[in-house]
Amino acid sequence: MAEIRNFTMNFGPQHPAAHGVLRLVLEMDGEVITKADPHIGLLHRGTEKLAESKPFNQSIGYMDRLDYVSMMCNEHAYVMAIERLLGVTVPERAQYIRVMFDEVTRILNHLMWLGAHGLDIGAMTVFLLCFKEREDLMDCYEAVSGTRMHATYYRPGGVYRDLPAGMPKYQASKWRSQKDADRLNEARSGSLLDFLADFTRRLPKAIDDVETLLTDNRIWKQRTVNIGVVSPERALQLGFTGPMIRGSGIAWDLRKKQPYDVYDRVDFDIPVGVNGDCYDRYLVRVEEMRQSNRIVAQCIEWLRANPGPVMVDSRKLRPPRREEMKDDMESLIHHFKLFTEGYCVPEGETYAAVEAPKGEFGVYLVSDGANKPYRLKCRAPGFAHLASLAEMVEGHMLADVVAMIGTQDIVFGEVDR
Amino acid sequence: MLQRILDFLALPVVETTIWILVVTVSVILSVAFSVLFERKIIGWMQLRKGPNRVGSLFGFWPGVFQAFADVLKLLIKEVVVPTRANKVLFGIAPIIALVPALATWAVVPLSPELVIADIDAGLLYVLALTSMGVYGVIIAGWAANSKYAFLGAMRSAAQIVAYEIAMGFALVGVVMAAGSLNLGEIVRGQAGGPLSWNVIWLFPLAVVYIISGVAETNRAPFDVAEGESEIVAGFHVEYSGIAFALFFLAEYANMLLISALTAVFFFGGWLSPFDGYLPADSWLARPGFPWLGIKISAFMFFYFWLRATFPRYRYDQIMRLGWKVLIPVTLVWIAAEGVMAHFKVGPWKVLSP
Repeated sequence: MAEIRNFTMNFGPQHPAAHGVLRLVLEMDGEVITKADPHIGLLHRGTEKLAESKPFNQSIGYMDRLDYVSMMCNEHAYVMAIERLLGVTVPERAQYIRVMFDEVTRILNHLMWLGAHGLDIGAMTVFLLCFKEREDLMDCYEAVSGTRMHATYYRPGGVYRDLPAGMPKYQASKWRSQKDADRLNEARSGSLLDFLADFTRRLPKAIDDVETLLTDNRIWKQRTVNIGVVSPERALQLGFTGPMIRGSGIAWDLRKKQPYDVYDRVDFDIPVGVNGDCYDRYLVRVEEMRQSNRIVAQCIEWLRANPGPVMVDSRKLRPPRREEMKDDMESLIHHFKLFTEGYCVPEGETYAAVEAPKGEFGVYLVSDGANKPYRLKCRAPGFAHLASLAEMVEGHMLADVVAMIGTQDIVFGEVDR
Repeated sequence: MLQRILDFLALPVVETTIWILVVTVSVILSVAFSVLFERKIIGWMQLRKGPNRVGSLFGFWPGVFQAFADVLKLLIKEVVVPTRANKVLFGIAPIIALVPALATWAVVPLSPELVIADIDAGLLYVLALTSMGVYGVIIAGWAANSKYAFLGAMRSAAQIVAYEIAMGFALVGVVMAAGSLNLGEIVRGQAGGPLSWNVIWLFPLAVVYIISGVAETNRAPFDVAEGESEIVAGFHVEYSGIAFALFFLAEYANMLLISALTAVFFFGGWLSPFDGYLPADSWLARPGFPWLGIKISAFMFFYFWLRATFPRYRYDQIMRLGWKVLIPVTLVWIAAEGVMAHFKVGPWKVLSP
């Protein structure tokens, strides 16, 4: 008699549902997973080490590339850490802009997650419905920073520049008639705030559309209810944050528990789940999108009424205006110093954390008084979540592994760093 | 000379061969356009345009030749055979998958006059051949010597067993209603307008048949055998080039076939929906192939619609649905049908002398 062994399967790193480069070694008894062994590190780029060799400002762009679907939230944690060491207070308008874009980023991330999660479970249409809305938010990114993804918009001391008065527009082409271009440009005729305000009015309807396809769908429920249940106690032990811990019923949210910037001045609710399964986490994230939408709307209202500076008035942090630089020696020097040497941050260490869409994204920063960090450590929520994957999938079937990777909302940029 | 050619063409063997060629080529062309329409329809459902680059008909319908471009591309690509694959089985698996899908068309009545093989055991032939197709899938998954393909084959085998039974039971009901295994007779038994179609009296069986049909063809939401996001492409993960195209062709030919069979068994085949409501000589009431074509298209649309709407079932959930829901439903309804036939309620022919 041959010895009966379990079936070992390599799931990824080239796999449509691996969300990047996850390699899972699965031991399977038929279709049932007996052991799962996640392998990470295939997207390691040494961000933390790289940051040690660059002036503070030049590492902001690396933060975008950590969790590359929630770019500005990562920047936020990083610039907040620097600001704490520098001891600067960010102008109120900049704080509102940051909160607004954090929430835009949250919607961006959750739309991406919803689409990908739907696609993993086989609902193809959800993916495209979500990406359609996502495109508009990408345009907002483009309008403020010039790029659609890796914005580098937040700077220590505020944001790079004030909100633009106009939006990028579509042009007629061989494939897009003038009529279509005009229709698409209709919402883009005003300022960025007008465009976003219009978006906040459209978004609930778009989320409703997706919810019609999924929330009460029997197949969707069969695939997610009671799949990957994590008890509240276990969620705490595993270091879950964000929607993962809220899905298990613990109302932990840094925006409420340790409010940063102006989160204590906007009105929003924290959705929590009951059973801690994939379905609850789905509901939590969908509701979070609606709450983010509320926050964005409140920020838009405030920003419209309150013009002002968006950057601290410090020659060390704020680049001089172009005209000043051209005919003022002092300004030229400051400009040159800021973009080459950067600024020195007083000795010390700090930890700054934000509620990123995936959970607590924190930056631990040690400065020895030089113009670059002595040590930078990122606390990525996805890392702690992925560590629980082996435990979550045990005893489930192969198709549930895919649902579980989806529900954890893993992005390898931040896990591997 | 002309007379001799006509005589030659009138030989039964020659005539049948010509019809076989006509039907086969039509099915393959229909597959090409089904793929295009699928991509277009799903595209519209997903707020995008679908293929709109390859060719156009007099400036209309851009993208109409997309499927032909795809086939051409697949034809000139290399068929990669994995090193440790069983080469013989690997080669014949796509053929085993495709041939039954085409051969079954022999007994499908396309119009009142046209059916290539008007045999009395037509329904048995259909059942036999449609269950042959799954061997292609299983052999492909086995021969490729890949774990993903192997899982796909296992899933497919289990799924087919469950749904073949449900499908067979659903057809027992049809046979009881028609009193014949001949597909033409089954259609003729439904004459008299939509209210005498089998779908009215056999509604639960029709639903079971349609669902089983979706499962038989491995289409969403039952596409676990190739479950894109779980086992990548399942049984045909190692296939490339024209060998993959044959699987693709088989899948769509099977969809067309199941659509045609659903129309034949439950929706009056080539009968007009206005039959019995309009004067018999009206062109709308005349039976013929166009009605069957419309019905096939409607079911094909239904397939595409499902694919755009539903998430995928998990493998064990499919099993549960098959064994614990569909098969009991068919059993109960067959019993109910027997009782109704005994008391002469409804249009049953089987027990009436």
